[in-house]
Amino acid sequence: MLELKNIRFDADTDGKNVEIIKDISLHIDNNKFVVITGPNGGGKSTLAKIIAGIVKPTSGSILLDGEDITDKSITERAQMGIGFAFQQPVRFKGLTVYDLLRIASGKTLSISDACQYLSEVGLCAKDYIKREVNASLSGGELKRIEIATVLARNVKLAVFDEPEAGIDLWSFRNLTRIFENMRRSELTRTILVISHQERILNIADEIIVLSDGTVSRHGTKDEIMPELIGSGVAQTACPKIEEGSGENG
Amino acid sequence: MAKMDEVQLRLLKEVADLHDVPEGAYNLRANGESVGRNTTANIDIQTKTDVSGIDIRIKDGTKKESVHIPVVLSESGLKETVYNDFYIGEDCDVLIVAGCGIDNCGTQDSEHDGIHRFFIGKNSRIRYVEKHYGSGEGTGKRILDPRTEVYMEEGSTMEMEMVQIKGVDSTNRTTVAELKADAKLLVSERLMTHGEQQAVSAYKVTLDGSGSSADVVSRSVARDNSFQKLDLCVLGNAACTGHTECDSIIMDNGRILAVPALEANCVDAALVHEAAIGKIAGEQLIKLMTLGLTEAEAEEQIINGFLK
Repeated sequence: MLELKNIRFDADTDGKNVEIIKDISLHIDNNKFVVITGPNGGGKSTLAKIIAGIVKPTSGSILLDGEDITDKSITERAQMGIGFAFQQPVRFKGLTVYDLLRIASGKTLSISDACQYLSEVGLCAKDYIKREVNASLSGGELKRIEIATVLARNVKLAVFDEPEAGIDLWSFRNLTRIFENMRRSELTRTILVISHQERILNIADEIIVLSDGTVSRHGTKDEIMPELIGSGVAQTACPKIEEGSGENG
Repeated sequence: MAKMDEVQLRLLKEVADLHDVPEGAYNLRANGESVGRNTTANIDIQTKTDVSGIDIRIKDGTKKESVHIPVVLSESGLKETVYNDFYIGEDCDVLIVAGCGIDNCGTQDSEHDGIHRFFIGKNSRIRYVEKHYGSGEGTGKRILDPRTEVYMEEGSTMEMEMVQIKGVDSTNRTTVAELKADAKLLVSERLMTHGEQQAVSAYKVTLDGSGSSADVVSRSVARDNSFQKLDLCVLGNAACTGHTECDSIIMDNGRILAVPALEANCVDAALVHEAAIGKIAGEQLIKLMTLGLTEAEAEEQIINGFLK
């Protein structure tokens, strides 16, 4: 279980102290698919980074399965089973897709294992395994590889920061399927996704709405979703395409 | 073949990936002397009579053969200049592996300057691998100042892999190439300097023939207090294409001076240069740390990948 207690985060912007996260306390149970949503600038990405250890909170504490991890480094948290997929995946000159998956898995990775992780995100290993994770890959490809690195880690808690950001509609529909498969997977892991997308919100067990640095709503999908429809928080990828996509979308 | 000691065998492994006597033609040089040689029906190796070095002659049409000419120095204070000339016939396809390993445990400087000249015949394809490596705890410097000259006939291709990853205190390497029509030169240089090392690498590629092309890619890492100067120059004298790329990572107090130069003397010459120097991006380290690596491990993976 992930527990956040009175998390605050202040940032210094142009010499002014700005409260990005005001006072957030949350319980996220094991094996849940939770989506954090809310207006831009509400502190969602900052909260995701605080959980992964990339950003240190100004105050408050974070517990994973009862253990206080507030002062643990990114590496320690990763080793304890927290995975993090970046909103903007990082590019590497020289490192290949296989290298990243090998590092992620933390062991000698067979080609067939690597193939398994790539096929879960809809990529054919034959085409990608030797590719460098550099600017030659498209936004959608990078996003999927980023997700594959999290899948390769077999984590307890996987955090995805706006997986839909920066990808085209075609890739987005495939991405939704990846999350649906993760949701159905028998693996015991908690999935925490930062997203605005209605299709991803629809997969959630629970939805947390973050606005102005606080939790404004937290409940089951059925409780929260009706309030979000039409509010501008739950966005459709493209109304025109959504209309026509029907059963194949 | 004369027996080589443990240090020499280790150097041989580093520079030529050789555990034993190679297949095909070879000339092994240790501490200034030839300690083993083999020639084949198509590849002849002769000792020069005027200066130190060898002539390697490869017959027309020689394919799928290799020549290894590694040099190892394990004696402190040894300084040598060696002239090796490769005369490659037409329509060949040959692998040439050179390289120099110096182990200096003494107080005197050890230096090997290899002057390699390649005369590549029409439509021949050569893959050339050159690795430089230094080791030893002595205060004597390990110095390598190689000069490589490549003269390419019509339709020939030269792929060069130049690697210097560790242990060479001072290097000043010069590579010049002249290309006739439809000749193609591909260079991949990887360089890492550390400690107080100094490295200068200069290329001058002249594209004389119509349809000739060159792609010179240098990736380098300067750590500690080391310094590198990378000087990549391409001249286009005909309808040709030239591309140079100089991509470097600086760490600690490392310094790099990249001097790109393009000279087009023909309106149909298309020349491109790219250069970038910077430290490892923080987000790259963070990404690998979220995969469970420590910062030092992440750094190592990034550099290994970059220089691969």
